Amino acid sequence: MLIGRFTERPYQDPSSGYFGATGRSIQDLSISNAEYDPQLGSELYNRYLDEQVAAEEAGFDAIMLNEHHSTPFCMGGTVNTEAAILARITDKVKIVINGNVLPIWDDPLWLAEELATIDMISKGRLVTGWVRGTGRESVAHNAPPPFNWERFQEAHDFIIKAWTTPGPFRWEGEHYDFRYVNPWMRPYQNPHPQIMIPGVVSKNTVKWSAEHRYPYLMLATRLEPTKASFDYYREVAHESGYEAGPQHLGYLFKVHVDETEELAYETGKKFLDGPGNIFLEGSRGTASPVLQNLPGLTDRKNLLPTGEVGFVAASRGRSAADVARDNNSENPDSRNVRAAQTQATLADYDTQLENYTIISGTPKTVIPKIRHVLETLRPGTIFFWDGDGAMTHDDSMRSLRLMGSDVIPAVKEMAKELDLPGSFEIDTQTNEPYNPAPAVAEVAGGGGGA
Amino acid sequence: MFLEEIIVTIETLNEPTSRIVNVAGLDINIREFGEGKPLVILHRSTGYLEWDAFANKLSESFHVIYPDLPGFGNSERPDWAREARDLSIVMAELFKVLDIKDITLVGLGLGGFIAAELATMNQERLANLVLISPAGIKPVEGEILDQMLIEHADYIRHGLADPSHFENKFGEEVHPDIQDIWEFSRIMTARISWSPYMFNRRLPHLLNIITVPTLIIFGNSDTVIPYTVGQQFIDNLSNGQLEIIDGGGHLVEWEMPDEISELIAGHPR
Repeated sequence: MLIGRFTERPYQDPSSGYFGATGRSIQDLSISNAEYDPQLGSELYNRYLDEQVAAEEAGFDAIMLNEHHSTPFCMGGTVNTEAAILARITDKVKIVINGNVLPIWDDPLWLAEELATIDMISKGRLVTGWVRGTGRESVAHNAPPPFNWERFQEAHDFIIKAWTTPGPFRWEGEHYDFRYVNPWMRPYQNPHPQIMIPGVVSKNTVKWSAEHRYPYLMLATRLEPTKASFDYYREVAHESGYEAGPQHLGYLFKVHVDETEELAYETGKKFLDGPGNIFLEGSRGTASPVLQNLPGLTDRKNLLPTGEVGFVAASRGRSAADVARDNNSENPDSRNVRAAQTQATLADYDTQLENYTIISGTPKTVIPKIRHVLETLRPGTIFFWDGDGAMTHDDSMRSLRLMGSDVIPAVKEMAKELDLPGSFEIDTQTNEPYNPAPAVAEVAGGGGGA
Repeated sequence: MFLEEIIVTIETLNEPTSRIVNVAGLDINIREFGEGKPLVILHRSTGYLEWDAFANKLSESFHVIYPDLPGFGNSERPDWAREARDLSIVMAELFKVLDIKDITLVGLGLGGFIAAELATMNQERLANLVLISPAGIKPVEGEILDQMLIEHADYIRHGLADPSHFENKFGEEVHPDIQDIWEFSRIMTARISWSPYMFNRRLPHLLNIITVPTLIIFGNSDTVIPYTVGQQFIDNLSNGQLEIIDGGGHLVEWEMPDEISELIAGHPR
């Protein structure tokens, strides 16, 4: 099993009004960056990098970064910069980017170059993930939504070719044209870094991942719809002529560990505070219907069971608190509103603790819950989502220490017992034991290589 | 069509006939009514909704042909189209296929953009050109309202000088079938005009090619496209005339069908 850690790296600004569930509504793309404080940004970027290093020291196999644009809930607008720094300041962990938003790159050759550079600096530790992005990303970088899926697929095909076919060559596709493809860098791993595809609701994405035999990572969604989506992956795999195993399936979920149950309960609540990802469980933000529904972005008739619950976030715990806040967004400072929100947040939190969308406790109580998740979903890759929302550096570090001393060793044993190999134990392309070609090997017919 | 039953209309409207015409390999849906010289209406980015009072009024003096633009309504989507000009080429071909000449070409909004592009490329079959609150030129003052960032019903409301007209037409809740038409239209609009949004930087430089009489109509209460764009058209046209409608909104032909159709009927051909 591959065990990783993830945080969205929220922009935690106590003076903002939207941090700490103080009541100010965050609607997607509605906050001006006039409020952005680079001094605070600097502190946070450095703090999050330090925590990623601490995650390596705690014994995580992987650290995962993500990319979003023009939003306070995730500071990963230039995620490759963070990954490049981590490539140099860590030694062992896989650096997982889940993922670069392919359709918004007008020049995917540049992305191929950046990722190959990160792979070389890390000496072959990059795991690259690619996503289609939400409406927010299409708007923030002005990528045409009706061609999102086509651009995703073409950029993927192009980058793989740029990594595996000796240049120079010419590329003339439907959406990208290059007269000279010959990047003066190649991935350290041979033939290229492992590719992992994260997703939430798009059936196309699951199908496409299964067809390409790429591990699919379900992002923080309830167990039952996740299980149904994994079943769909297995179904497509079967139709494609192979059987999907745990190595093909990954799951991201919120896990916080603390010194006492009381402290864990209080700290876990902070997942729901702060500028949370509006698309994910327990968010305090509101999705913009307009951005969710950009013309041609999503095939609304082709959603996974996670999306069929209705409004996507409804399957992820957006309920009483959101309704309370949304209904009162015009008067967010009202004391009654805040009281109602606090109460509703608490109700949401307890519900999420019950349905495993947040796991927070001491190692003693957390480990059996993780076991339940593993038994239910049988993933070969898991990521603990921690240190997010309104959690402080101290909150993160307490959890990391206990993860290292108690949780990770226990989960590794559990994974062996339950037979849950990850994608670095069983090769997803062949279902044989993972045995990659020597790094930087000579590419057939190519001129480079060491 | 079913929509005629949905939309509340006060006056009795004629029933146009519909047919599919194959143009440049695409099935294009057209509606027709009336006798006289041909008048072709190119609809707005919101798509064709109904044979409305405006079309009805024009059909008293013209043989009105009202197509669904390629990729809108019941016309086949050209997957290859990437800009308004691509639709202009197909529409010019439609005139050939229908073998109509001496056409009064009326373009509304995005349809005005497409009509202007068409006229720069091929005006042989045109008698005159009427552009009503047309897109196509980057405003010198202000910006074109971005329909991609607001709810579509709100976008339509922006188009009206009198907001009560929205409810009169669509009722309190917009019928899902109409919302589907809007949604479908938005996809094609985004396919050809996501960026730059609703204009072509090359178009102003080519407008001087147009020699047929061209009437530009803008309401000075237009909050979708700054009405000063009208003057920008005139500055580039060699045979243009500008009519500014006092108090008119963006959807001026919807709110003032009699006045606008009279202006069209009176425009030199």
